[in-house]
Amino acid sequence: MRYNERELLSLSRQPAEKAAEILMRVPKKGSVLKKRLVKLVVNFLFYFRTDEAEPIGALLLEHCRITKEEENVFSISFIEEPERKYCFECDSEEQCQEWIEALKRASYEFMRRSLIFYRNEIQKMTGKDPLEQFGISEEARFQLASHKQ
Amino acid sequence: MGCWDTEHTLRTGRDLREKGTRDKDGAMKLNERSLVFYATCDSPADNAGFLYKRGERHTAYHRRWFVLKGNMLFYFEERESREPVGVIVLEGCTVELCDSAEEFAFAIRFSGTKSRTYVLAADSQAAMEAWVKALSRASFDYMRLVVRELEKQLEEMRWGCRHAPACCKARPLGMEHSLPALPAVLPKENGCAVWNNAPGVDRLHDDGDGEANPRPPPLPPRRRASSGDTGTAEISAFCRLHERYGREVAQLRQDWQHRQCQHRP
Repeated sequence: MRYNERELLSLSRQPAEKAAEILMRVPKKGSVLKKRLVKLVVNFLFYFRTDEAEPIGALLLEHCRITKEEENVFSISFIEEPERKYCFECDSEEQCQEWIEALKRASYEFMRRSLIFYRNEIQKMTGKDPLEQFGISEEARFQLASHKQ
Repeated sequence: MGCWDTEHTLRTGRDLREKGTRDKDGAMKLNERSLVFYATCDSPADNAGFLYKRGERHTAYHRRWFVLKGNMLFYFEERESREPVGVIVLEGCTVELCDSAEEFAFAIRFSGTKSRTYVLAADSQAAMEAWVKALSRASFDYMRLVVRELEKQLEEMRWGCRHAPACCKARPLGMEHSLPALPAVLPKENGCAVWNNAPGVDRLHDDGDGEANPRPPPLPPRRRASSGDTGTAEISAFCRLHERYGREVAQLRQDWQHRQCQHRP
């Protein structure tokens, strides 16, 4: 699939929501844990070799499952292939929990649900649609009841 | 500071391609299968339709089926194609109308030298306007801005409710730095979030993909990510923002409490 690599690389250089050097293992046969610089920017998780400027890869974090594995370890897998796991071993349980929380909230779809939730809550409390002031009440992406295409 | 700041001293993709430590294209790996799934699964699209896309090297336009989901604009050769031909990640772009021989043309433009501009054309004025609107609001950053604004409003309202009408005196300024957390919204046992069952609201369309992230959106963390990660420039910008919003919130709270007093029978 073609993608705008230049822009994605540029995105990988943006300030991160979260970044750390973590041991990572990709779901490939014979793969071992390797130290990577892991960087969360918007809904992408970039991973770099620790001495390189360009990421080796990026994971789009939509429809993914973040799972606590054993101590200090969490994994990312995707809905369509739940057995294929990207594993991350942190320095501490605390760091592990922080990453799990951050990654669970990192998807666009999660944010959309948050927005719809808050919009609904505010509407219930005030009787007014808080999105009106932005002029985006009618945007498909913010509707309470999602429509199938 | 992290090594990603000192690009000029680090090996670039090109060096590595030459050294053979990357694949032959030296390209960054993407979780392509997941992208295909995202593009083709039945989660609702934010916009979809046929558009003409101008080629990169040649100026001929090709008709493609476009699907916008979140900040990803996928395009398929045909509407029935099982996989997209490509995707445009929409962070940091601007969407503008276009001076083009082609009618109803608009452009997705990225900043930076040598950045590509995608020129697209719709079939009608209405379709063009709908696309331009949808695309210009498609970024994750924009969504995050709106979410944070609503969170702020909701917190401010709930805070006011809990303490009205008895204490109408303004809180000391220091209070905005320790706003109480909203009560956690507990998920139901079957993993459906509580707000799905709010009265008078249609059930949120369930993706049907059995996501393991069923919990309703919790509040953002009070702290930013672990301290070593963000530069000092970001922290000071955040402090300024925090202070500014804090003043706004304090003022809003005062107004709210004032109105509560006025409405007392």
